[in-house]
Amino acid sequence: MPPAVETSGLVKSFGHYTALRGIDLKVPVGSTLAVFGPNGAGKTTLIKILASIMRPTSGKILIEGLELKDNAEMLRTRLGLVAHQSYLYGNLSAWENLDFYARMYGVEDRSRRIGELLDLVNMTGRKHDRLSTFSRGMQQRMALARALLHKPSILLLDEPETGLDQQALGAMWDIIKREEAGRRTIIFTSHSFERALAVCDDVVILERGRIAFKAQACTLNLGGLKQKYQECTAVVEK
Amino acid sequence: MKFWSSVAAIAWKDVLSELRTREIIFSVLVFAVLVLVIFNFAFDLSPDLMLQIAPGILWVAFAFSGVLALNRAFIPEREENCLEGLMGCPVGREAIYVGKALGSLFFMVLVEAVILPVFALLFNIAVLQPELIVVTLLATIGFVAVGTIFSALAVNTRAREMVLPILFLPVVSPVIIAAVKASAISLNGQSWGDMTIWLAIILAFDIIYLTVPFLVFPYVVEE
Repeated sequence: MPPAVETSGLVKSFGHYTALRGIDLKVPVGSTLAVFGPNGAGKTTLIKILASIMRPTSGKILIEGLELKDNAEMLRTRLGLVAHQSYLYGNLSAWENLDFYARMYGVEDRSRRIGELLDLVNMTGRKHDRLSTFSRGMQQRMALARALLHKPSILLLDEPETGLDQQALGAMWDIIKREEAGRRTIIFTSHSFERALAVCDDVVILERGRIAFKAQACTLNLGGLKQKYQECTAVVEK
Repeated sequence: MKFWSSVAAIAWKDVLSELRTREIIFSVLVFAVLVLVIFNFAFDLSPDLMLQIAPGILWVAFAFSGVLALNRAFIPEREENCLEGLMGCPVGREAIYVGKALGSLFFMVLVEAVILPVFALLFNIAVLQPELIVVTLLATIGFVAVGTIFSALAVNTRAREMVLPILFLPVVSPVIIAAVKASAISLNGQSWGDMTIWLAIILAFDIIYLTVPFLVFPYVVEE
């Protein structure tokens, strides 16, 4: 079975600035990868490229053995993305937002699936309310529901904990794990070592667009990870 | 099939969102009616002379209210970065362009359907002529087709209210000029044959304005 995600020599430049400098990754099916790094390390760029929202300058990406560049439209049905922003429309209700994205993803039996997800994220009671009336935490739950609508086999999460309190954070990971039941590959970026270590199988630390450290989570404890992170980011400061 | 169902979903989403707020329709209508009223008071001309300048007044109202509408077209996609959400969907970027253009076309046609009777009332000119309606529809298609891509380009600029008209109006001017000429022929009661050349120009630009943005839109939104 090919890895869920495989990248080789991934480079992304914005004019003279290079955000990613040759990223080589291999994420096995069903595993969870945590990506750490200081601001500007290239985490969001990496997630956007994997989600095929952004094109890499060079390098190769294989999603479940298929090249992303040549099969982007088809492979997007296998990818779910939760980003910094919710990607949801403030003027539409929770139901209308999910219905819109369900149509875009060609989800079958839309009403049933939307009902399921609203239940899962505990938003059924607010399904007819406009998104603009929701708190940040509620919007983040809706963003998660949107990302899970089409049952993606790979879930990409870009700092999903942003703006969430500890309780909401726990609930979010509970939802992700409950829905996927161990079959889904997850790649997420985070600044929360403790939370990330509790859920991931592998860890990567990015610095200035390069992989500075890569390890299995089971070989690390919280102190060890923090120390590695400090070492990697100290290299940047020098 | 997937392409057109996605296009329909995007256009319907825009219509639904606008029906909630009525931000575009109200502001554009008020502006267009105001333009017509000001021109009505500014010129006190004989019916014959009025027929000569009326097409220009009509298209000033259409064009500037259209710019106002197109300025707002990509605002909902910028808030919460929804454009990225659309780009992550399993459809070609072209479907996003066509969906957004169809949504804008719906608003423009709706506004024009209100402006035309107001224009007829204020200037005492008969507008219920198939020639004028065809010219208006064809020119609006070209206007929206090229305006949608400039709207996507301008939305992330700081002074988008200025950037859009500066970029867009020079490019769309052939369509507006041809539409003014064809409308004048129509309002003067002349036949289809007299406006063939202007209709051909509008049609040619419609084809160009539909094809080029369709091809370049993926690069506009990705880079």
